[in-house]
Amino acid sequence: MAVLALLEHDNGAIGDVATQVLSFGAAYAAAAGLPLHAVVIGPGGEAAAEPAGRFGVTTLHVAEHEGLVAYAPQAIARGVAELIGRLSPVAVIGAGSERGNEVFAHLGAITDLPFAANCIEAAPGEVAQVTRVRWGGSLLEEARVHGALKLLTLAPHSFEARPAAAAAQPAVERFTPVLSDVDLAVRVVERVQTQTGGGVSLASAKVVVSGGRGAGSAEGFAPIEELAGLLGGAVGCSRAVTIAGWRSHTDQVGQTGTKIAPEIYIACGISGATQHMAGCKGAKRILAVNTDPEVANTADFDYAVIGDLHQVLPAISAELRKAGLK
Amino acid sequence: MNILVCIKRVPVTGGRIVLRDDEQAIETRHLGFAISPHEECGVEEAVRLVEQNGGESTVLTLGPPEAEEQIRDAMAVGINRGILLETSEEWDAQATAAAIVAAVEEERAAGTEYDLIFFGNESADTGNYQVGIRVAHALGRPCVTGLKKIELVGGRARCEQEIDDQRDVYDVALPAVVTVKEGLNLPRYPSVPGRLRAKKKPIDRKTPNPRPAALERVRLKLPPGEDKPTEILGHGPEAAPAVVELLRQIGVI
Ligand SMILES: Cc1cc2nc3c(=O)[nH]c(=O)nc-3n(C[C@H](O)[C@H](O)[C@H](O)COP(=O)(O)OP(=O)(O)OC[C@H]3O[C@@H](n4cnc5c(N)ncnc54)[C@H](O)[C@@H]3O)c2cc1C
Repeated sequence: MAVLALLEHDNGAIGDVATQVLSFGAAYAAAAGLPLHAVVIGPGGEAAAEPAGRFGVTTLHVAEHEGLVAYAPQAIARGVAELIGRLSPVAVIGAGSERGNEVFAHLGAITDLPFAANCIEAAPGEVAQVTRVRWGGSLLEEARVHGALKLLTLAPHSFEARPAAAAAQPAVERFTPVLSDVDLAVRVVERVQTQTGGGVSLASAKVVVSGGRGAGSAEGFAPIEELAGLLGGAVGCSRAVTIAGWRSHTDQVGQTGTKIAPEIYIACGISGATQHMAGCKGAKRILAVNTDPEVANTADFDYAVIGDLHQVLPAISAELRKAGLK
Repeated sequence: MNILVCIKRVPVTGGRIVLRDDEQAIETRHLGFAISPHEECGVEEAVRLVEQNGGESTVLTLGPPEAEEQIRDAMAVGINRGILLETSEEWDAQATAAAIVAAVEEERAAGTEYDLIFFGNESADTGNYQVGIRVAHALGRPCVTGLKKIELVGGRARCEQEIDDQRDVYDVALPAVVTVKEGLNLPRYPSVPGRLRAKKKPIDRKTPNPRPAALERVRLKLPPGEDKPTEILGHGPEAAPAVVELLRQIGVI
């Protein structure tokens, strides 16, 4: 018996989210009094042995198959399910990324077991106790997970990666899963570049200036674009703006839009609905520019300027120009 | 072509989520409800595909009797038929998927085979990320998730999924299950005649078989808030120097 962590990797290189999964898995395994194993699927996986060992993994399972070069969610789940059959782990833990959750949903369907997505806490047991994220992070749920094997994903960036006290030298066990054509029917056949307007990407911008319904129209975004331009930032918007057709959905910040994590988020003419704020929880600071003094009572805004964005933003831009910005 | 769109009724929570005293659900007495945004795009896409290819579109929801509102909203923009699987409380993902599979099989027995079944990528409220995939497995169909684009060519679907700043392309045979994300299209607004027509369209009401929750909700709670007060930097254009000073302090200029 063991706890099994499914690691996302790129030719054996694992990122922050995978190390968080390993730490979370190690804590779960320690509480259950079991060893931590990890599994990597696809080419180059054995290179993950060294970093996995640092987090206390005792055995690294490496699944290789010619069909597993391109991403194929059902095939990955089938491979993990085969390993589950041999290893009988008490839990499989993975990343609550889009892909992690997709693979775990397939695992849940294949094994007919419940799957708890985006957990932030988990305690093992015959019935596991978890706390998981709802509403894109605006609400938490305490839940009990039944079934012999627990399938859990960890909400990204909700658990600190902590290497084990002593690094282990994991045993590497290779296997070639048996995959059918049906398992491989859904796979990435091509990757196309999207034409981002050459500007700063919303997801990685250091400064984001967003407009909401208060911008009034598509043209009403001119002062928002001007300020974002001066600050070398990206322009965002609320859903009220996208459904009005003022801007494209690629600019939408929020639960069903883009998640951002800038140094500062300047939200202009945006009321701060929970679904909007779900997209900017990662921002270090949030400044609201709003005509309604009530925004000061919205917990998520750190700073506010009370006023009409069409007057406040040009004044800020003018001040920045005075300071020498172009 | 026959298309089924599975949607969820969710509360429009505004600026602050308030829980019921029993901590089992959001207090919704003073809230409106909507079709969750991902599924709204599923509805729009189904209507467009039927406009282009002919056929019939059906919307299905598992929820309280009041979810008829969301079925009528979907009908108002062009969906032909509705199926309401009535439940009194929130079901877990496995129970929901099983009820949808049973409904699809009853439809098949009655002569309707769906070429495409749409779901939202994840429900807005519970965020379980799995009902569509479970239904696809039970029906033995391929499932592509997180679509931002779909094109039907010769009995196949070419699907685009956003990943970082790129798009991954999948190509699957119909019949298939797809889960979609907001941004797939820009949903139309219902017209007044559309609303009137919606009132007369047929809805099949069924009571699905419950099963015990394997992912069992114990209680809901709000995330620990930082609850620090908002600092007012000023009023109107006169606040500009204070804003620039803040930008300077935090090192973005
Ligand atoms: C399931 C679900 C998912 C959702 N996902 C998202 C999402 O991803 N992103 C998102 O943004 N929303 C999302 N929403 C919608 C969200 O609930 C709100 O409806 C939306 O964010 C409101 O946009 P807004 O703040 O621009 O508009 P409003 O709430 O109408 O606020 C407009 C604000 O502008 C201010 N204002 C007006 N005029 C001016 C002016 N001249 N100068 C300055 N201020 C002014 C007003 O005081 C007000 O505060 C979702 C909703 C649901 C139900």
